[in-house]
Amino acid sequence: MRGTGGRDVLITLVVAALLIWIMPTMIATYTLTVLVIYGMLGLSLGLIWGFGGILCFGQAAFFGLGAYTYAIAAINIGESTVPMILAVLVPALFAAILGAIMFYGRLMDVYLGVITLVVTLILFKFVNTTAGPQYVIGKARIGGYNGIPGFQTLNVPGDPGAYIWGDPFYYVCAVALVIVFLLVTWLLRSSFGRIAVGIRENEVRMALLGYDVAARKTVLFTIGAAIAGLSGALFANWSEIVTPSLFSLSQSAEIIIWCIVGGLGTRLGPILGAAGLAYLKFMLGQQSMIDNTLITGLILVLFVLFLPRGLVPAVATLWGRIVVGTRRRTQPRTMRRTRHG
Amino acid sequence: MDLSFVILVEVLYAVASLVLISAGLAVVFGMMKVINLAHGEFMMMGGYATITAANLGINVFVAMLVIAPLVVGLIGLVVERLVIRHLYGRLVDTMLATWGLSLMFIGLATMIFGNTTTGISTPITGFTVGDYQINGYNFFIIVVSVVLVLCMLAVLKGTRAGLIARGTMQRSDMAAALGYSPDRIYMATFFCGSALSGLAGAVLAPLVGLVPTSGGAYIAKAFITVIAGGPSLIAGLVSSATSFGLVSQIFTFTISPVIGEVVLLVAAVIVLRLMPQGITGRFFRGKL
Repeated sequence: MRGTGGRDVLITLVVAALLIWIMPTMIATYTLTVLVIYGMLGLSLGLIWGFGGILCFGQAAFFGLGAYTYAIAAINIGESTVPMILAVLVPALFAAILGAIMFYGRLMDVYLGVITLVVTLILFKFVNTTAGPQYVIGKARIGGYNGIPGFQTLNVPGDPGAYIWGDPFYYVCAVALVIVFLLVTWLLRSSFGRIAVGIRENEVRMALLGYDVAARKTVLFTIGAAIAGLSGALFANWSEIVTPSLFSLSQSAEIIIWCIVGGLGTRLGPILGAAGLAYLKFMLGQQSMIDNTLITGLILVLFVLFLPRGLVPAVATLWGRIVVGTRRRTQPRTMRRTRHG
Repeated sequence: MDLSFVILVEVLYAVASLVLISAGLAVVFGMMKVINLAHGEFMMMGGYATITAANLGINVFVAMLVIAPLVVGLIGLVVERLVIRHLYGRLVDTMLATWGLSLMFIGLATMIFGNTTTGISTPITGFTVGDYQINGYNFFIIVVSVVLVLCMLAVLKGTRAGLIARGTMQRSDMAAALGYSPDRIYMATFFCGSALSGLAGAVLAPLVGLVPTSGGAYIAKAFITVIAGGPSLIAGLVSSATSFGLVSQIFTFTISPVIGEVVLLVAAVIVLRLMPQGITGRFFRGKL
């Protein structure tokens, strides 16, 4: 595996560079930027759910938390470098605490889903009520359902006047996604990643082998939240306003749908699922004949019923069947048994 | 004196509405182990069925107590045959599929009724106790949920159908060996659960302005009530609804309604952390 690592990185970089270069000729960069950001968000859940077996119904909580942290910190500091770092750290810390509470309590599948869902709801409800002027963090009013507009957007580190927006911002997001993707790849190939997959497959066995399952799950959960927080901060820069809808259940639902459609247990699946479905939603938003939500729901139901493993694994299997004499697959194996959360 | 009576009524009302919201899910999740994330949308459709029927000139109580449960029960039947049937025993997959269904229902309702708030006025007038005004409809909800719990108890414990249903949920292979078709029993149970959701949505409809997304307001509450309740269906439902209703009303009165809601959710997280098997996993063991 170590020998092929360098080549894989090279291939990833070449493909990514080509895509980053070609895509703007097909889709406007403004739209493309948000697709890249959603791709990163999809990857964050794909990591903890697809490889860690942790079904988090509240990935939107970390996304929203990242966005809000960035917005509040940016207003107070007036420069974007520290807020970006904070936007990764705060959701990670929050996830570490939440994860420790859940995993050391040995909460499993459904209960995990319900607690993450409820925590997201608490955040959503709480942020919605903070419209009054008494809810202030430093110089930033939280603003309740109105959200926070008008914060300092991304700038060149150290120079608050040099904003990064438009095309350069797209390149920043795309490069960030590639870096995160490579980090996730590295993580999954390290012994930590392999043990995480082991825990997904059989938690009791891994515990009996002497691994601290609760600690490892907590760390993985924290890493996922950090990635989600980073994508949240980038999203805040893209939309230039943060609103409580970032925390909403439909946002959480969408992230889960991206992962299902793209394919669990793969790194590319959630990214492609996120970008593809977000683009589909964008296209559908331009017509008014059929309601958008209806189609999202239909896609989810059809995928669960007919293609529960998602597109990327299905295509990979098909490809494997076509190319006879398959080489040993370098991607981690997809889940064979039922998904457990 | 008057104040304490008002508070008592409010607490009872909070508990009753929690029972009502969660009853359908308790049957579908508690008995069948199907996590129905479309539960809130079933309630939403119950509300729309009531309003549509009432606008057509049908007596509002008939619309509420008969038509809405029937309509939603039938929708549930279709859903069970088309989707849920294929996913029994696959917990996470049912969860995702019903989430998809809930989005579809929201989309459908938006297309049919539009994204506007509709509602009907409460059919029962309020009255005053001392200096306070009490909504008479709250009493109706309390009565409905008490009757509902008693009926569920009677059906599950007293009738042969209830016995067969409970037996099938525990050991479907044994029920099949004894000559009952688990497939049809699951179907019938899902129908009952959906009808209960429809009833709840219908009864609560006059209190809220109905929008296609109103189901989302119920789903989390229903879920945590049922899951915190634990394995015993009715004892769990009543005990967790009582504790959550009490806690949230205390904070609603002392601080604000929003804090009450938040405290309810926090309480749920704490209960689940301390008692992962739910309240009846520790207390009232072996009760129905």
